[in-house]
Amino acid sequence: MNNSIALKSILTKEIQRFMRIWVQTLVPPAITISLYFVIFGSLIGSRIGEMGGFDYMSFIVPGLIMMSVITNSYSNVASSFFSAKWQRNVEEMLVAPVPNWVIVAGYVGGGMCRGMLVGLIVTLVSLLFVDIQLHNIWVIIATVVLTSATFALGGLINAIFANSFDDISIIPTFILTPLTYLGGVFYSISLLPEFWQGVSQANPIVYMVNAFRYGFLGISDVSLVTAFAVIIFFIVTLFTIAMVLISKGIGLRT
Amino acid sequence: MTYALEISALKKTYKGGFQALKGIDLTVSQGDFFALLGPNGAGKSTAIGVITSLVNKTAGQVKVFGYDIDTDLEKAKSFIGLVPQEFNFSQFEPLMNILVNQAGYYGVTKSVAIERAEKYLKQLELWDKRDAPARTLSGGMKRRLMIARALMHEPKMLILDEPTAGVDIELRRSMWSFLRELNQQGITIILTTHYLEEAEMLCRNIAIIDGGEIVENTSMKKLLAQLDVETFIFDIKEGTAVSKLEQFVKQSSVITYRLIDDHTLEMDLNKAQNLNQVFEQLSVANIEVQSMRNKSNRLEALFVSLINKKSSARQTKPQSAVVGAN
Repeated sequence: MNNSIALKSILTKEIQRFMRIWVQTLVPPAITISLYFVIFGSLIGSRIGEMGGFDYMSFIVPGLIMMSVITNSYSNVASSFFSAKWQRNVEEMLVAPVPNWVIVAGYVGGGMCRGMLVGLIVTLVSLLFVDIQLHNIWVIIATVVLTSATFALGGLINAIFANSFDDISIIPTFILTPLTYLGGVFYSISLLPEFWQGVSQANPIVYMVNAFRYGFLGISDVSLVTAFAVIIFFIVTLFTIAMVLISKGIGLRT
Repeated sequence: MTYALEISALKKTYKGGFQALKGIDLTVSQGDFFALLGPNGAGKSTAIGVITSLVNKTAGQVKVFGYDIDTDLEKAKSFIGLVPQEFNFSQFEPLMNILVNQAGYYGVTKSVAIERAEKYLKQLELWDKRDAPARTLSGGMKRRLMIARALMHEPKMLILDEPTAGVDIELRRSMWSFLRELNQQGITIILTTHYLEEAEMLCRNIAIIDGGEIVENTSMKKLLAQLDVETFIFDIKEGTAVSKLEQFVKQSSVITYRLIDDHTLEMDLNKAQNLNQVFEQLSVANIEVQSMRNKSNRLEALFVSLINKKSSARQTKPQSAVVGAN
């Protein structure tokens, strides 16, 4: 059995899915990000002054791109896998000799593609508002790839447990959005009181946003090594959880 | 010879305690056209679910072409094509994508998959709809799409769970001839259906499952030979006097006739009797027959009697009732 063909099939299906509904999947992030730039960048940002040695608009660009990557890689897998469960077309894969790791990799790969494509679109939109500088392109690429993988895995686990469409919006609404907003997208955590700086360090998104910002601006509130260690830890943990759940057939087999 | 399917002591108890399968044993030979029949909730879909790994079994063993699903699941899966009872494809994807992706899950390259998709879509008269989203198909077309999808990896065994449910008679007949062709090509076919006429026409061997147990497992021929009595209906030629028919019914011995209405005679024929005797008697009485038919499907009569026998046996056994979804 050629697993690479099966993997390619799942990946192609996933990419075709979000491309088919591009108005729902690719356009909204571009509009949202434009609004963020207009409101937080131009209108409010001009009164804030510098942050971390950069004008506010330049400071928030990496965080806003990362926010789009996180949201889209998560929601792509959550909604796609849950829809496959709901329409029961997930059974197409379950009856076939597709190894569980291929199913996980295919869906996660699809989520990563959407997350990174949206990240690219948002970056292009950003260029309309600000000159983006690049400090280390490899850090940027590594961070965006690993972060999109982390949240795609999170979306998959969410979809495995979900029993209704409400269940795939609870985590993004009540956990993901607060963590993102408190993850240093709009501010440097060094501005927070010491206690809240400590609390922020428990937020994994802080590490992702800061590693990404380092790639653009060369500044970060956390060390790069710690940031990548945290991201990789989450990937390994979430991948293991996803594999166990699919192997046991949780939410998939009766 | 290795069986296409070998099930032994298969049990399935769902969460909540409902025992859907109570230790069934079943074998299906390679190349067979096999019917798995039973009333709703009998355990047919659970059995198919276990064979195709959509349902986790509680105990027992399942082998597909000699490969145990516990130890060689991927190999076992590669032999099976499944046409499930409910539509389970993405409603938004075009037919071509559904078929090509499905083949991909079995390791079939895209170029081969496109060729096969074209072949099956044409054979099943869906070619014109190849780029249409699946949700735009009619019920019958959706059923045919699921058959095409199940064939994309050219399985050695095809399992069809009520494939003709809700399909009109013309389409049903064309699906029967398609399935017969597949079987003639050597594909083992396992069919569950509520149309017993369908099972009688297509299948060589049969198992009847009820209450999670196999109540009959034999060849169709042997099963039908169990029939003691068949009922026939004769439509009598218009203009035949009713009094003549009444007198015929009254006078007849050995074979029992009933006058249903002014032009319809019904009679029961047991194994010791034959239709020649009937026609002889009708001929002597100068009664002309316009047409003749079986009162009910022969298999249906047996099926009902077997299920009734089983349920009355259950009622005599004092046990707690269990209710659950299958």
